[in-house]
Amino acid sequence: MAEVEETLKRIQGQKGVQGIIIVNAEGIPIKTTMDNTSTVQYAGLLHQLVLKARSTVRDIDPQNDLTFMRVRSKKNEIMIAPDKDYFLIVIQNPSD
Amino acid sequence: MEIVHVYTKLRSEFGRQCLFSDRPAELLVDVSPDPNLALQFIQKTRRDQAMQASRDMSEHQVNTERFESESRGINHLEGGWPKDINPQEMEQTIRFRKKVEKDEVYINSVLQLGSIMEHCIRQNNAVDIYREYFEDEDEVEENQEPPSAKTINVFSDPNELRRTITDLSWHPDGARKLAAAYSCLEFQKSCRGLSLDSYIWDIENPNKPELTLKPASPLVCLDYNPKDPHTLVGGSYNGQIVYWDTRRGGTPVEVSSVEQSHRDLVYKILWLQSKTGTDAFSASTDGQVLWWDVRRLSEPTDQLVLDPCREGNLDRAFGAVSLEFEPTMPTKFMVGTEQGLVVSCNRKAKTPAEKMVCTYEGHHGPVYALQRNPFFPKNFLTVGDWTARIWSEDIKESSIMWTRYQKSYLSNACWSPVRPPVFFTVKMDGTLDIWDILFKQNDPTLSLKVCSGLSTLQKNDKSLLAAMFERETKREKILEARQREIRLKERSRSEQSREEEGGPEVGDDSPHQLITWTEKDFFSLVEAEQRRRSEREGRGQQETAVCEEREEKNETTSAK
Repeated sequence: MAEVEETLKRIQGQKGVQGIIIVNAEGIPIKTTMDNTSTVQYAGLLHQLVLKARSTVRDIDPQNDLTFMRVRSKKNEIMIAPDKDYFLIVIQNPSD
Repeated sequence: MEIVHVYTKLRSEFGRQCLFSDRPAELLVDVSPDPNLALQFIQKTRRDQAMQASRDMSEHQVNTERFESESRGINHLEGGWPKDINPQEMEQTIRFRKKVEKDEVYINSVLQLGSIMEHCIRQNNAVDIYREYFEDEDEVEENQEPPSAKTINVFSDPNELRRTITDLSWHPDGARKLAAAYSCLEFQKSCRGLSLDSYIWDIENPNKPELTLKPASPLVCLDYNPKDPHTLVGGSYNGQIVYWDTRRGGTPVEVSSVEQSHRDLVYKILWLQSKTGTDAFSASTDGQVLWWDVRRLSEPTDQLVLDPCREGNLDRAFGAVSLEFEPTMPTKFMVGTEQGLVVSCNRKAKTPAEKMVCTYEGHHGPVYALQRNPFFPKNFLTVGDWTARIWSEDIKESSIMWTRYQKSYLSNACWSPVRPPVFFTVKMDGTLDIWDILFKQNDPTLSLKVCSGLSTLQKNDKSLLAAMFERETKREKILEARQREIRLKERSRSEQSREEEGGPEVGDDSPHQLITWTEKDFFSLVEAEQRRRSEREGRGQQETAVCEEREEKNETTSAK
């Protein structure tokens, strides 16, 4: 329990990180560092995106699986680490 | 009919007990084995038979009807919550979340995902992985290294008696193949064992030619049809025109008749632009330019005699040594003659007199090569004697630019198809010179007993070259005007004398006068050049020898 907190704090402490969301398999945000509306929006939209991406990868090659997703936009970068039951979503503003 | 069986039994016998008694065995039938019958049996061959004790199954296929699926998204604000939890209730959601956070699986997943994520975050912070590093690299930078060229392949004549290659033609589709015409052009040198063949080479394979062309007489020139890459037309030593189809092998498909062909060897043959794609024209030192339709090589379709008097007189005709034809200007063509003249002709002229439009004079020897600049068709390059000259169509007096007199005879030249200011020349001593006139005008940029810098099109080439051509043309125009003035003055002064100064006009001077004049001019120029060379070596100065030479020449002629 404490390790989880520590990990999240460490991630939050990295340069440029704007927010972290942990979403479960059904799309419910379990833990978040952002306000509720954004959280819900991110969780709902990204959940579908990850499922679609994963099914795409597995359709092409059933032995393959999605390990990481990065969505780079003009203003920031959304990184999603999927797992069997949970996703970890981090929004970072890369410094350059 | 009814089948009836009647079974009768006395009533008193019903129910009576059965009385069994023993009886001895009775032999009813005795069937003994008959060995004769065994002969009728055929023994089955022993074989393995598999058996499986299982249920019988049958295979069945079913093709379901395709159903259309659509994916749609719904953006719901809150959802996914299990049924019993009301998303609006803060307490319930908090309780649910707390429960999940205590889950073992949750903890493990988060730890693992966290480490992966951290790696990517750190990566982002260290380096911008999406940055365009090579945005401005579209323009090729100037090559700072000196120009160089490398021999890729050497194709040598497979016969024992080596012959010279007199003409080359690239395959029009992608240039993987090269057709070479081999013949021995030395005057009246007949070798017994000299092979008559010419070859088509594949540039990847220098060991063995791809196809051997077998004409009746050695080929002096040949050309691939730009429209149909399988057909070639060639001109041979005895004046005939030969037509090949590479799909049919090495023997010619058609040969022109000897009576109707050229009387001397065919120096150049080129395909023409036409709707049928079967027209070609050839030039020979007998003074004729003949047009052919390759479907009917028995006689030419048209003829032009290169007579300077425009009379069609074959005796006075100039021998033609090179031909030029640019597909963008289909009615005009140019002929380079043995006498050093370039004649520009119009195909569409009605009378032979009008066919020869104008002449350009400047070379002392046969004009061996003639080519228009692919980017500036008004300017063309000629090679003859020891110089290469660049001409502008409008200026008929002389060329606008020319190279210095080289140490050995120039035999051929061509423009680079990709870079406007670059042209290549070859000399009799075997050197290939690459000239870049924007870079250096006095000497070739590279002499080789195609480097990377010269093959890409630099951005400013075309405009700079256009400016240069304009400048030179203007200069020539001024010189030409001056020449004309001087001549007019001379003419008004000496009205009876028919001698004309400042460059002999075509056909006016008698040959003898021409020769003496040329000799004098030549020697004075050679002496002047030698003097200048020794001076320069002593001083080590760089001059534009090109312009000075011309000034000098003008002075000598006007001084006469």
